[in-house]
Amino acid sequence: MSAREEILTRIRASLGRANSTGAPAGLPPSRIVIPDVPLERRIEKFTAALEKLNGKVHRASSRDDARDYVERLLHGRTAVTSNAPFVAECGVLTLPNVKPGGSDPLPLRGMCATLDAGITSADYALSDTGSLVMLSSNEEARMVSLLPPLHVALVPLDRLLTGLDELYSILPVPSDRTSSMVFITGPSRTADIEQILVRGVHGPGEIHVVLV
Amino acid sequence: MNPIPVDAIKSTLSDARLQNAIYSSTARLMDKRAHAIAPDAIDDFQGLRTQANAIKRHAIDNLDYYLEQLEQNVIARGGKVVWCRDAGEAIQFVLQLSREKGVKRIVKSKSMTTEEIDLNEHLEHGGIEVVETDLGEYILQLAHEKPYHIVAPALHKTRYDVADIFTETLKVERVEEPEQQTQVARRVLREKFITADLGITGANFLIADSGAIVLVENEGNARLSSSAPRIQIAIAGLEKIIPRAQDLATFLKVLGRSATGQPLTVYTSFLSGPRRPGEIDGPEEFYLVLMDNGRTRLLADEGKRQSLYCIRCGACLNHCPVYRKIGGHNYPWVYSGPIGAIISPQFHGVTQDPWLPFASSLCGACSEVCPVKIDIPQVLLELRADITHAKRKEGAGQWERRAFRLFSYVMRRPRLYEMAAAMASSVFPGSRGAWLRSLPRLLRLPPVMGWLSHRDLPPPPERSFRALWRERQRAKGGN
Repeated sequence: MSAREEILTRIRASLGRANSTGAPAGLPPSRIVIPDVPLERRIEKFTAALEKLNGKVHRASSRDDARDYVERLLHGRTAVTSNAPFVAECGVLTLPNVKPGGSDPLPLRGMCATLDAGITSADYALSDTGSLVMLSSNEEARMVSLLPPLHVALVPLDRLLTGLDELYSILPVPSDRTSSMVFITGPSRTADIEQILVRGVHGPGEIHVVLV
Repeated sequence: MNPIPVDAIKSTLSDARLQNAIYSSTARLMDKRAHAIAPDAIDDFQGLRTQANAIKRHAIDNLDYYLEQLEQNVIARGGKVVWCRDAGEAIQFVLQLSREKGVKRIVKSKSMTTEEIDLNEHLEHGGIEVVETDLGEYILQLAHEKPYHIVAPALHKTRYDVADIFTETLKVERVEEPEQQTQVARRVLREKFITADLGITGANFLIADSGAIVLVENEGNARLSSSAPRIQIAIAGLEKIIPRAQDLATFLKVLGRSATGQPLTVYTSFLSGPRRPGEIDGPEEFYLVLMDNGRTRLLADEGKRQSLYCIRCGACLNHCPVYRKIGGHNYPWVYSGPIGAIISPQFHGVTQDPWLPFASSLCGACSEVCPVKIDIPQVLLELRADITHAKRKEGAGQWERRAFRLFSYVMRRPRLYEMAAAMASSVFPGSRGAWLRSLPRLLRLPPVMGWLSHRDLPPPPERSFRALWRERQRAKGGN
């Protein structure tokens, strides 16, 4: 008997049945509650949640304003961008020392490992927790928000959801869209030594979200 | 049958620095949790626990169905599923795949399931370099130690211990600030991530309807382990399953809050299969190892089956008065604290460490904080019964049984009870505090002696309650 068959047989024996019984009854309905929260309040909550974790939030009045904020923030530091159209639309690629990451994984990884900042957009943001939701795609690579010490995300306001419940109602089966969905909630951190908080372990120690 | 490790426990209890480390770390985690679940921080936390319990119960009661659904969905997204009966098969799979694919270096993110099977030791024996990348786990790997706590593995190490370990093993300049030490680890491990061929992760959840695994972490090492190398293996106990991605709206809200008081940890990854056409990066191959290793044995017992609901948040450890004194290394297995006390005997058989389920005051703090509402004290009681039955078969526990039979005989006969009580108060009157212990050595039979080593009865008063009651009734003119 293969390991698979033997394990399934053991399980069924333990549960007191001989064969597969098909889709089981009695699965409790999922608990999805989506509150109606006005945009201004969502922005406030997002900002408060992320700033509590030492993330920074800037509300940009326009795309130009977003670009100017990024320019001031980088202040000469080098950066790699994702392929997200919104990042280009904000004009970030016109800034000095900012390079497009492209779609070739090896050179992209090299840039992410050596440059100071990674600039991305985000598919969604969650106001309850101050999280970014990143779906891996031809626009967003996994490495841009992970390897550089500084992560900057430019997010259009209409992608700001209330929280997990709303996200999972929009994406009930996220793997239909992507092989990788990641929530980023603040800078990378650890408290493994004497419970002392240290930021910037393997991921970025600094995170800025520009709501446009 | 292993005896209770008395000397090791005594040495933990007498180590003031260690006591302080355990006490203050667990206190901080308790405090953070309390804030994170307060009504002003989250709506209806108790309702979420109830829901989490109901989903887990359903998933475990229909484990076969959901595992097959999971398998189908992983395969549909280009991944492979490997079923392993035991630790040996899981280790063999990783070794064989590594050889086939020419893997020289493996990066690993924190996983209790791989600790359970001593994966690192076996891979190293097989000539493959394997590197733990969670900071706490990395420190312990360098020090050749096991995790002290499910979520805070290096809880017992000070920054000075870490400085010693890093200077000795990494040959780096001595630094004593956690911030600098973290930078040392980042530098050394970044190089490993970039050059590793294979990444091994665990899984906090397996999602049947999506064919996905979920990884919850704060450092970014699980993201790197699952995304940088060209091959990813996720090793998970088969009980980690939940039916739907939508159930994460419940589980993610309770897990981070219960573990570290975080509404969400810094990174939550939802991963399904290898990189797809069009996606820029990610692994080229994805394997999910579904491991039994004793879990189906737990499933058979309807009362104790709930032990499989555990989502490894560590809250029961932080709140346990026993764990907070004896720490993590005095438990017989990698799973410590109350959850360890109920799963270790079920994995290894109750006679291996028969003292373990008795090392509890049954105070119930663990079940009160458990995010999936496992009734740990109830399972402990059932295990105690199992152990007593097993011992009886071996003919042990006779003195205890006789003593309790005598006790019950006396207690059911008021006259006899009164006589016995009167006799008791005349034995060594005034020996307060150590009444039974002052009895002659002859009476120190092994079971009695064990009991007396930690406690005693107060000496009975000169006049018993029953005598006082009778006097009072007489004074009132009653009978």
